[in-house]
Amino acid sequence: MSRVAHATRSSRVGLVLIGAAALALAAAPAWGDRLTLRLLAEMFTFVALASLWNLLAGYAGLVSVGQQAFVGLGGYLLFALAMFAGIHPIVAILIAGAVSAVVAVPVAALIFRLRGAYFAIGTWVVAEVFRLLASQVSALGGGSGISLPAAVVLAMAPSRTMRELEIYWLALGLMAIVLAAIVALLRSRHGLALTAVRDNEVAAQSNGIDVWRLKFAVYVLTAVGTGMVGALIFLMKLRISPDTAFSVNDWTACVIFIVVIGGIGRIEGPIIGTIVFFLMRQTLADLGSVYLLMLGAVAIGVMLWAPKGLWGVVAERFGWQALPLQRRLVIAPADKHH
Amino acid sequence: MLWLNVILQGVLTGGLYAMFAAGLSLIFGVMRLVNIAHGDLIVLAAYVALMATTALGVNPLVSLIVVVPAMALIGYALQRGLLNRTLGEDLLPPLLVTFGLSIIIQNGLLELFTADSRKLQAGAIEVATMQVTQGLWIGVLPLLQFAVAVGVIAGLQLLFYRTALGRAFRATSDDPAVAQLMGLDTRHVFALAMALSLAVVAIAGVFLAVRSNFDPAIGPARLIFGFEAVIIGGLGNLWGTLAGGVILGVSQAIGAQIDPGWQLLAGHIAFLVILALRPQGLFPKVSG
Repeated sequence: MSRVAHATRSSRVGLVLIGAAALALAAAPAWGDRLTLRLLAEMFTFVALASLWNLLAGYAGLVSVGQQAFVGLGGYLLFALAMFAGIHPIVAILIAGAVSAVVAVPVAALIFRLRGAYFAIGTWVVAEVFRLLASQVSALGGGSGISLPAAVVLAMAPSRTMRELEIYWLALGLMAIVLAAIVALLRSRHGLALTAVRDNEVAAQSNGIDVWRLKFAVYVLTAVGTGMVGALIFLMKLRISPDTAFSVNDWTACVIFIVVIGGIGRIEGPIIGTIVFFLMRQTLADLGSVYLLMLGAVAIGVMLWAPKGLWGVVAERFGWQALPLQRRLVIAPADKHH
Repeated sequence: MLWLNVILQGVLTGGLYAMFAAGLSLIFGVMRLVNIAHGDLIVLAAYVALMATTALGVNPLVSLIVVVPAMALIGYALQRGLLNRTLGEDLLPPLLVTFGLSIIIQNGLLELFTADSRKLQAGAIEVATMQVTQGLWIGVLPLLQFAVAVGVIAGLQLLFYRTALGRAFRATSDDPAVAQLMGLDTRHVFALAMALSLAVVAIAGVFLAVRSNFDPAIGPARLIFGFEAVIIGGLGNLWGTLAGGVILGVSQAIGAQIDPGWQLLAGHIAFLVILALRPQGLFPKVSG
């Protein structure tokens, strides 16, 4: 019997390496200091955001420049739920994901009327509307923003160290969930449909895939993940304002550059991209705006000369894949003699 | 009379938005390129005008003689050197490259000119007004801006349908491969379209800089206004973009009159309502 195989030798090696990395990261509080943990937690949120954007743009072909809408929505929901309903922040993160889904449905219904690049700017308009609405809510600090009350922070864990550990594992856990969900989705029947849409939308449609519904579902799912990550980001920051929550530079420009540099349309891309992004940031951040300028230039260079990104170059050169996502037909020996 | 005045101001501001939109619409029409850096290029034009007025000591409106060709040249070079490489079936490369360009222009301007707010001084014309009827006054500068917008759109319309260059634009838009077979150098035609787009951007940038404060970060919002005007008016229709700009300007003016915090929100809501009710825009081009 012939069968479809996902795994290759490199993906088996990849899984072992990923398992080892996951263990090392879970045990990071044992080997890393406070600053390292904080940096790692921030990296986890960027890996999650970038992976979600990669799913949206790289697989579903929905190039959004407005994902900050859901980062900010999640952040503000966390603050509102914790401050006015006394809900524990971890529960609030889950609720933020659910509410993001509910909000994403009418948003998608509206902006899916725009095609291609106009869709991109449409998502940006939605994010601007969210930002302007948030600055109208005076109970949440209006335009100047608000800090998370000390009582809410103290309710999480009594000591600062415990709180920091809690947030670190929360970030690691959320990233792991987002990545696992994306891998599971891509390995499923829908993932095959999604890859078909990525490669050729018209051909996918003619093979019976309901492209509109598939894209709609991916948009809503991405909003859920982005909303939850947004809630976590502002739990880590402890302060929120419309301009930071709905920042196109922080939550979209940097995220897009991460995915493009790492490799769009590949699950490994956002992880590689985040590592490169943080390496650059740690060494060049003193340059201020010149740093962002260079980041933009690097992203343009990669887009023009290596459009599949760093991981794309590696994967094509050596045929590697870190996760078992490929589909190969394995022909059993008995079938060969027909 | 108050509301009549508010609406009139909105209409005149709409002229500026129509100029933002015309440049965007033009290059989308010719090469299906949506330029995310469009707003930042408008701001760049404002800074070029700032340098020109300081260096030459002329009125900003006179500086257009320098700023328009300078921006057109930048447009031609940008298209030939960078953007032509991104065009193709895949819409991701042009989108991401212009997005990167937007970040580069913003941060480059920030580095050169700091985040301080600037404004161009146009002298007496800024405060000159004319009385329309009892209790209704109209600013000379806003009126001039609107008249220029109408002139720009009429000029583009003439160029598109009455000249050889316009024919080349339309041919390339319909089918670049066949246009190339007929002896058109599409790379050159695309670069001319971008040059023309940035010439319009230059005019819009100077009026923006005379009418209000500007700083390196305001580009994206101008892109969004232009984009909204394009979609409200209907893709591919130049006079439609003027109508779209006016509707956006009036919505913002009415919103601002109700509550200053609602100015931008009212414009976005008008856009979203039209998108919900008439996604093809108010005056779509008849598709052939």
